[in-house]
Amino acid sequence: MFSRQLLNSSRLINRSVSTQAIRCSFRSFSMIRNGGLTNNKLASEVQNRSPLYLNHGISTRRFLSTEMQQSIGEAVKSAPVVLFMKGTPEAPACGFSRATIQLLGSIGVNPDKFAAYNVLEDNELRQGIKEFSDWPTIPQLYVNGEFVGGCDIVTSMAQSGELLEMLEKDGLLVYEEEEADIETPTSSDVKPAKR
Amino acid sequence: MVSAEELKDIIIEKLKAQEAQVHDISGGCGQSFSVLIVSDVFVKKNKLARHRIVNTELKDIISSIHAFTQKTYTVEEWAKEHSN
Repeated sequence: MFSRQLLNSSRLINRSVSTQAIRCSFRSFSMIRNGGLTNNKLASEVQNRSPLYLNHGISTRRFLSTEMQQSIGEAVKSAPVVLFMKGTPEAPACGFSRATIQLLGSIGVNPDKFAAYNVLEDNELRQGIKEFSDWPTIPQLYVNGEFVGGCDIVTSMAQSGELLEMLEKDGLLVYEEEEADIETPTSSDVKPAKR
Repeated sequence: MVSAEELKDIIIEKLKAQEAQVHDISGGCGQSFSVLIVSDVFVKKNKLARHRIVNTELKDIISSIHAFTQKTYTVEEWAKEHSN
């Protein structure tokens, strides 16, 4: 009844367009469902990633015995920040999904800790995620495997600062300034002046 | 298909809303609503819990339309919002 589906180590991550860092973090749900790559075109874009999230392939949680629920359970935990959306981060197919992905991008979610799944790619996922979360609308945001909410909630949490606080607390943000010149004192600077 | 007026009545009845505002944001097709609900059923509930209450009470309607966006206030929060 339960088919064992381990997540493959390689991730379907589309890195082709990446001005906004978060945009590179689209993953294909079919990979989780099928336990492997099914789309050659996408496969060619796959980059291997360090296997940070590998060992949750078999969950001890019990879902309603469908394969789908198991797959969604894996998807939810496939990264610390997971967004189920219509369309992809590069091309959101709905205003609410667009607003949510833009918020996550502008707040600075670390793309290495983010995954987005396009529910339009898979109608079973589209229906399944609603049941899984007991939530009637898309997008849906998960942080550390916990359901956070939809667009309205994410928006209001962003306005109140709660979203930033939550993501910051768990170290899920990336700071653009990090790559800028950081003036580190050279050894000569810290030596006492010679006399 | 539900109209904005009907939806408003349903919200007032099912969620014991003191104030309900329903806006049709579909641009004509009647499948997309933005609602604001003021009710004390939200007292001491966080945002997620509030939205779940609304989603549950309006389940049939939400599943039949395309988009639904909500704002929820308790009577006290709403009063505060207005005094600002």
